[in-house]
Amino acid sequence: MSRVVVDVVLKPEISDPQGQAVLGALGRLGHESVRSVRQGKHFVLEVDGTPDEAELKQIAETLLANPVIEDVELHLPTD
Amino acid sequence: MRIGVITFPGSLDDVDAARAVRLAGGDPVALWHGDHDLKDVDAVVLPGGFSYGDYLRAGAIAARSPLMQDVVSAAKQGLPVLGICNGFQVLCEAGLLPGALTRNSHLHFRNRDQLLRVERTDTAWTSDYADGQEILIPVKNGEGRYVGSDADLDRLEGENRVVFRYVGGNPNGSSRDIAGVTSENGRVVGLMPHPEHAVEDLTGPSTDGLGFFTSVLKAVVNA
Repeated sequence: MSRVVVDVVLKPEISDPQGQAVLGALGRLGHESVRSVRQGKHFVLEVDGTPDEAELKQIAETLLANPVIEDVELHLPTD
Repeated sequence: MRIGVITFPGSLDDVDAARAVRLAGGDPVALWHGDHDLKDVDAVVLPGGFSYGDYLRAGAIAARSPLMQDVVSAAKQGLPVLGICNGFQVLCEAGLLPGALTRNSHLHFRNRDQLLRVERTDTAWTSDYADGQEILIPVKNGEGRYVGSDADLDRLEGENRVVFRYVGGNPNGSSRDIAGVTSENGRVVGLMPHPEHAVEDLTGPSTDGLGFFTSVLKAVVNA
């Protein structure tokens, strides 16, 4: 069994009102050094055997993320 | 004329959509997302609601349901398909319509009667409207902000595929006030506002929504 992590974030050109709301709250809490917040999703997949990178890329790009508005980062086990 | 209405787990407006079909003179046919059976319908409506609780992304999981595979292939053959609100989200996720629907820019759920301008009257679902006609129908969504890259939006406008625009205020921050779009062949239409809630004076702000359902009856006859 191996552990594969997929991070999904909105593309830079798509505005992120949730991230902006978090940024506003940080400002109210006095954390004025934070310039920007982008909110995303973090998936952890447990996969039998050695992960097939092509298959995981397909899973990430066709279901976990919507390529119209989101970018994906695939993190395969490094051992 | 048999008009299918798909029920997904979490659909809310399937009963109203079926009622609108009936009031327009069609025969509503209940379709189930888990079947591979379109029951020989002449057109399909994807209703509003919160399919799969909006998990992952609104419409994302419903778009991968068994029946949607049949809807996608039939739509490519010209079957008229209408997606309302969550149904619009499902059609975008299924790749039948361009763009995506995201969290409202103000982060609030917005529920009000909304004016729309009809910009295309040659689609399967809008032939009973006049070009530029303004219609008043309810809008109610939390993730209705239509987005795409500037290049994609330019291409969409260049191909004249914007069917409805918000008038008198944009309820969710949608790019270029876009409320609804159509496929290249004009058979598939999706919009965030709810025509099926504006088909009777007793329960809606107008009867302006009825035209969707009378239009498609003609589109089916003329096909």
